[in-house]
Amino acid sequence: MSKFKKKANTSQEIPTSSLPDIIFMLLFFFMVTTVLRENEILVKQNIPKATQLRKLEKKSLVSHLYIGKPRQPEVYGTEPKIQANDAFISTDDIVLWVNQEKDKLFEDERDQITISLKVDVETKMGIISDVQQELREANARKVLYASIRSVDTD
Amino acid sequence: MAKRSKREVGVNSAPMADIAFLLLIFFLVTTTIATNKGLMLQLPPKPDPNQPPPDINKNKRNIFKVLVNSQDRLLVEEEPLNDVRKLRKMVKEFVLNFGKPDQESIQLYNTLPNSLRRLTRKDPNSSDSPGEAVVSFKTDRGTSYEMYMAVLDELQGAYYEIYGDRVGISADEFRDLDRRDPDAKRKYEEAREGIPMAISIAEPSKVGE
Repeated sequence: MSKFKKKANTSQEIPTSSLPDIIFMLLFFFMVTTVLRENEILVKQNIPKATQLRKLEKKSLVSHLYIGKPRQPEVYGTEPKIQANDAFISTDDIVLWVNQEKDKLFEDERDQITISLKVDVETKMGIISDVQQELREANARKVLYASIRSVDTD
Repeated sequence: MAKRSKREVGVNSAPMADIAFLLLIFFLVTTTIATNKGLMLQLPPKPDPNQPPPDINKNKRNIFKVLVNSQDRLLVEEEPLNDVRKLRKMVKEFVLNFGKPDQESIQLYNTLPNSLRRLTRKDPNSSDSPGEAVVSFKTDRGTSYEMYMAVLDELQGAYYEIYGDRVGISADEFRDLDRRDPDAKRKYEEAREGIPMAISIAEPSKVGE
């Protein structure tokens, strides 16, 4: 039996001194990729899925409009609403809002402004077409319907 | 000189991992990786009040009509369609029909790869040439956004597949072409040459909301 009793004299503990380094590496990754929300979204956002997605080439040219039913129906009602920045706006204010967004850009890029519409799936087309009419009026004709890649079924 | 004790003076670094974990979990939870992806669309310019709307005398055969009612039912070329996914093939066949091609579109046809030529049916009741073909998409105010996106996805998909096939890449690769790169830009323009993505979004009717 003495045969089996012989064991190497090495320590059996795993060195944990490099663990913080690994964690820090992960930490830095998430710190760098994190974009803290600037404004709270007040409408429901269940973004539809699609397959033919395109990436935007220049992020600075994008302004977001959020459309959907309010998250707090007891305060804001149940009708779908449009949110720009941190407040609800009516369709008539869109032209004004677009012009404010255009003012933030350089002069030679103003006509390339892209409006990203983040619309909840439950919304009806009526409000969206109203928004589109206003965007045409404001001469912001590039529209991106934000959506998530769906898994191809075929 | 005071006598120093022989004890070790190193800081205990074991809890450092715990602190790092705590921070890590915080950032994991708050992270929303920004997704700026979606379906791109160019709206038509606003109508000029000084000019009357242009007369549209396109032949009916050159317009591919897609209607969606307030119940999310599809009507394609006057016939009901249940499966949205069939639209893509129909649009591709419509665009590449070459029913009555002129000199230019015959040249265009000759440049197409075989995979696209196979779709050509030369049906006199369908589009004359890709340059003439227009896809008209009309919804109702009561149509759901989900349906609108599903149809638009198929319509754009049909065009992207044609473009991709023309330059020998897949539709996915075509969409990801970076137009700042001159090589990719050339490819992009070569693929779209003569076949404009003519998807016209008509103003919705007002039945149900």
